Amino acid sequence: MNKDLLIYLTITCIKIFIVFGVIQFMIISMIWFERKIMAHMQVRLGPMRVGPHGLLQPIADGIKLLFKEDIIPEKANKFLFVLAPVMTLVPALITFAVIPFGDKIKIFGYSIDLVITDINVGFLYIFAVSSLGVYGVVMAGWASNNKYSLLGGIRSSAQMISYELTLGLSLIGVVMLTGSLSLVDIVNAQAKIWNIILQPIGFFIYVTSAFAEVNRTPFDLPEAESELVAGYHTEYSSMKFAMFFMAEYANMITVSAIAVTFFLGGWQGPFLPPVVWFMLKLSGCLFFFIWVRSTYPRLRYDQLMHFGWKFLLPLSLFNILITGLVMVIKG
Amino acid sequence: MILPLLKGLILTIKRFFNPNAVVTQQYPEERPKLPSRFRGLPELQIGKDGRERCIACGLCAKVCPSKCITVEGATDKITQRRYPKVYELDAFRCIFCGFCEEACPVRAVILRDTFELSTYQNKNIFDKKQLLDLTKKRKISF
Repeated sequence: MNKDLLIYLTITCIKIFIVFGVIQFMIISMIWFERKIMAHMQVRLGPMRVGPHGLLQPIADGIKLLFKEDIIPEKANKFLFVLAPVMTLVPALITFAVIPFGDKIKIFGYSIDLVITDINVGFLYIFAVSSLGVYGVVMAGWASNNKYSLLGGIRSSAQMISYELTLGLSLIGVVMLTGSLSLVDIVNAQAKIWNIILQPIGFFIYVTSAFAEVNRTPFDLPEAESELVAGYHTEYSSMKFAMFFMAEYANMITVSAIAVTFFLGGWQGPFLPPVVWFMLKLSGCLFFFIWVRSTYPRLRYDQLMHFGWKFLLPLSLFNILITGLVMVIKG
Repeated sequence: MILPLLKGLILTIKRFFNPNAVVTQQYPEERPKLPSRFRGLPELQIGKDGRERCIACGLCAKVCPSKCITVEGATDKITQRRYPKVYELDAFRCIFCGFCEEACPVRAVILRDTFELSTYQNKNIFDKKQLLDLTKKRKISF
């Protein structure tokens, strides 16, 4: 085999391994951070018993879930029932393949891009993959053979499809400014000025639709306890439930990473190394997710649909129009 | 539309950065701050002579709505003073109303802040010694 190819493959595998490890670690720590931050915002303390300040709580939760009985309902569609949690978790994780988390670095004479793969249609790849997540939710709702699960799944798919539209359109402005679908190019184009300044409306639309897309609190209707028990994962237990849980956090991290890449300048920043900048911005976004969750109540279903179709969609189209106009005038 | 949303965000972030705002009490380690008129278990008080103040008049047993107090009086041979030979309080029956404290003519029964009364036995009766010990631990006499 060609020597260069072998080295390339080794480097790529190591990068995948590291990125995966970091994401897994972030998911676990996010559980603790979410509970702690939300508790303090709601004038509580949160977990305090397991380890100092409840630091071992995620591990305790994980062990508890591992020991739980793995129940598959008798009348469930077994194949889809088992497939669904995988279908939600995997797309959330593989979106990271195109997200640049640092500048080029040189190790032993080889220059390494700090991105798993830079494909020239990275933007399309992200949306192609992240839309797959909806299938997992719908399949979970259908396969459980439970009315609450089905209603949760239907709601979730309606919500995710509605908001995916605005999610995509909000990023079109950035793509128009950059003139490239590659995420590396988009980050490089933000060296001088971040896109959040050029595209404030786009950023606002992106953040709002991102919340809806990952089913987080103001838009967490698919799992509205008061109406739907637990939504699409009502029938799930043990590690299958844990996978849905992880998928939610993985989705959050992915969506935040996209926000950082498209609007907050990616890894660009003074003084600190690029990877540190990327992680800082990512943590900031994740903190915002938790902050919003501990502040707002849930929207009503019709409000959600009204907001998505009658406000966000026209606004995002308007944003694209304005961006195009300014670009034409400036030449 | 946006302004009230921002207001909410500001409120929560203020709470987040103010560690004194937390209202949770870490109960077994952190003792609850009880109000001064809190009514816990009725405790027998100790007089100046180091003995119980109770004169076994039986008024507390009489007034008790849940009939949880048993008093058996006796007379001290030397001082001719009445004292309770048996004074039992059934903590399962006690409703912490404080009538015994009000009825007592010599202020021998006072409800203080003893509230951790759970037990592994199927009876929870405090005898005279236990009720006096509660007061002795506080090191107050009058």
